[in-house]
Amino acid sequence: MDESIFPNVEVTRRTVIETGTTALLLSSLPHGVLASEPDQADRTPASIELLVNGHAHTLALDPRTTLLDALREHLTLTGTKKGCDHGQCGACTVLVDGRRVNSCLTLAVMHDGQSITTVEGLAFDQDLHPMQAAFVEHDGYQCGYCTSGQICSAVGMLAESREGMPSYVTADLIQPLTELSDNEIRERMSGNICRCAAYPNIVAAIKQAMGEQT
Amino acid sequence: MDMNAPVGANALDAERIVGKPLDRIDGRLKVTGGARYAYEMQQDALYGFVVEASIAKGKITSIDTLAAERSPGVKLVLTHRNAPKQGTGNHREAHPVLTGPVVSSYGEPVAFVVAETFEQARAAAYLVDVKYDPKGGHFALPQHLGLARVPHQADGAPADSEVGNFSGAYASAPVQIDVSYGTPLQSHAMMEPHATLAMWDGDKLTLHTANQMLNQGQRVIARTLNIPIGNVRLVSPFIGGGFGGKLWVNADAILAAIAARYLKRPVKVALTRQQIFHVTTHRSDTIQRVRLGTDRDGRIVAIGHDVFSGNLRSEQVYEAAALQTRSLYAGSNRLTRHRLVPLDIPVASSMRAPGEAVGLLALECAMDELAEKLKLDPIELRIRNEPAEDPERHVPYSSRHLVACMQEGARRFGWNRRNPVPGQVRDGQWLVGIGMSAGTRGNPLRFSKANLRLDPDGVATVRMAMTDIGTGTYTILAQIAAEMLGLPLERVQVDLGDTIFPEAAGSGGSFGAASSGSALFEACQALRQKLATRAGMDPETARFADGRVATGERSINLTELVGSGIEAEGEISPGRNNQDLSQQSYGAHFAEIGVDQDTGEVRVRRMLGVFAAGRVLNAKTARSQAIGGMVFGAGAALHEDLVLDPRFGYFVNHDLAEYHVPVHADIPPNIDAIFLPELDERSNPLKSKGIGELGICGAGAAIANAIYNACGARIRSYPITLDKILTDLPKQS
Repeated sequence: MDESIFPNVEVTRRTVIETGTTALLLSSLPHGVLASEPDQADRTPASIELLVNGHAHTLALDPRTTLLDALREHLTLTGTKKGCDHGQCGACTVLVDGRRVNSCLTLAVMHDGQSITTVEGLAFDQDLHPMQAAFVEHDGYQCGYCTSGQICSAVGMLAESREGMPSYVTADLIQPLTELSDNEIRERMSGNICRCAAYPNIVAAIKQAMGEQT
Repeated sequence: MDMNAPVGANALDAERIVGKPLDRIDGRLKVTGGARYAYEMQQDALYGFVVEASIAKGKITSIDTLAAERSPGVKLVLTHRNAPKQGTGNHREAHPVLTGPVVSSYGEPVAFVVAETFEQARAAAYLVDVKYDPKGGHFALPQHLGLARVPHQADGAPADSEVGNFSGAYASAPVQIDVSYGTPLQSHAMMEPHATLAMWDGDKLTLHTANQMLNQGQRVIARTLNIPIGNVRLVSPFIGGGFGGKLWVNADAILAAIAARYLKRPVKVALTRQQIFHVTTHRSDTIQRVRLGTDRDGRIVAIGHDVFSGNLRSEQVYEAAALQTRSLYAGSNRLTRHRLVPLDIPVASSMRAPGEAVGLLALECAMDELAEKLKLDPIELRIRNEPAEDPERHVPYSSRHLVACMQEGARRFGWNRRNPVPGQVRDGQWLVGIGMSAGTRGNPLRFSKANLRLDPDGVATVRMAMTDIGTGTYTILAQIAAEMLGLPLERVQVDLGDTIFPEAAGSGGSFGAASSGSALFEACQALRQKLATRAGMDPETARFADGRVATGERSINLTELVGSGIEAEGEISPGRNNQDLSQQSYGAHFAEIGVDQDTGEVRVRRMLGVFAAGRVLNAKTARSQAIGGMVFGAGAALHEDLVLDPRFGYFVNHDLAEYHVPVHADIPPNIDAIFLPELDERSNPLKSKGIGELGICGAGAAIANAIYNACGARIRSYPITLDKILTDLPKQS
């Protein structure tokens, strides 16, 4: 270690704060390099229960924790991705009670008692979900970072269409939807950005999975 | 080996596994959420959050960190007052952070807050109170062209080139085109934010970090932190896209490393989506002037391309948008010039196909304008200007099948149905047009090494510090090893993304597959030699298939030869390859566009790219990558526009809601990419060429030319949005 860069001293919070060895750490430091003890008037953690991929979890969470960060940082379910944290990219899409949701845009405490399905919960043992298998077969990804969101979104989207939910491009709001056209799929999947642009492959994968489910 | 001579026939030519449209070997991990990216590698790390400068230029007069430090869970607030002294250099050499009170560009990190949880770090970051003495600066490229200078980019081509007498030849040319095009600031907008998890073990630093070129990153981090390179390990098995945005070390890596050192605990940080736009790099806007002079038959006698781009004033990197003009078309009088305007904005650097991606948006539309003036078919104009050798360097092309790409594309796309007169084809409310563009992208080769091991269980393991940013590197390397050793694909394990493995080029500049694959090819050759020798066979004639090595009637299972395991190394160096030859991949783009007759709204209806890029290593992933590039090109033509506030020097639309990249609804299912058979014996041992950027090169110009063909609006300022088209739409009766 080059001493001109990192001070070659044992620095702990206590030595810095109590003995004023700040000068040893860095001569230009006007006040403690390390922060003071946490304010004990901390936010009270909220206790919630989430049923995630069929498993019940009781979590004590900072109420500011998003559903996305609860999954990624507290339950180690990192398959769900954080791409923008503002509901603009769709990488964090999960299914909440079967409905697709941008998990970055909702707080975990709002889902107490609800059932969450993430990309980790779609496969049955070693058997991939038909949507997952179709993504592999049609190369519906490249870097893989949007993939979990695309797959969860596609699964949720097909469920919505089976319930007859129309989209912006649905020509006839009266007649029940029979089969989703390419246009319908593209429109309904437009909340999920893929910068690698696997779009045509994703549409092909969804069509295949749609055929296998019906 | 040094790549100095044609490689001749080799074991890959059988193409039993190489070239096949196989599923990605990492596919299962990616669709099940099992692929782990930098931020996801460890759960007990502290969380960092960056505080950005809210001025573009000036000085910090005070930073009050007290409230942040007292905020719950906070462990450390780093500012320039307590950050260590760091090594310096341009953005490709070093990335010092928090170096002093001077602010050089908007969004530059001014503090870094570390806390027990993400929520605590983020909340405390907003409590850091920074006061500034702001100064005026130069922000907008178009307003400061008078300050332009000749850039001297150490790792770039010379800024200027001149052959013959351009100005004389242009002045006397019977047919002239003199047009200027503008391309906007752009952002990579890869899906995974820049992220780093830093941990120290004594003096040894390990960074799990989203970085495209790990060995280069290792050098930069060592230089920045002033520690021996051997003490820095970068790990990055999965990277959520790069497109050039993760070529260089960014602030996340250095801030996390410093904080983890101070706190003696792992620290992780991901830039927020909004921070990425200012804290990392972008592509400069360009102002380009293209001059083409031809004889009456359309043969170019003078070709000139001048490019202005901008960068942070301490940087020399320029947008090399005229590079392709040096080799794409014939013509004996030539002039290309790049000028760089020093500005006070964040660092501009490489973004997918730096140079060609925006250069072709100007050159290939100028060619379209020239074809119309000459009343020549655009493809015929290009064929008439097909050079026999590189027109500036006077060296042969390693391979060049541009004409074949254009002709095959024309046949497949129905080019003969194109009406050369704009605004003649209607489909209901839509004015429909088709357009084309040539595509070209440099084909570099870089030093790489590979380690290959065959174990008694019959599994071959490839190890190199290569990355896979979504390109499919894992899969093509497995295919190469399987083909060369005669093993089934599932008996090849590929370990990438760790600097403890042999040095590799990394992913960038379309050199990844060729460089890493060639090093692996050499390792395979060495291992075949060893195995054949152990089998008592002539390595030249021994056949490797079905897990066995054979000669004549003799055949031995490889597992009988490996003992406790057998290893070989391989390496590739560019040699004289790139000096002796002009090396590019080529392609032709075709687009069919609808323009709404009332609103000017543009819809892409069809796209086709036909490419000649050497041996295709995996037909499925190659097609995906090419289509991805074409969609990137569509974004450049129609959507992407990073808007700079010329008063305050910041990017206004710094998120994914307002920086528009193509989404599902923008891209038609009728988009395809075709690769013509081509083997480039003088490119590398794989006989492949780069494809990662070729798809974007020319795609946007084909769209722009199709828009003109559809409605007669020639928009020379990208992106081509409906507001620009509206004024040129034909009057409705």
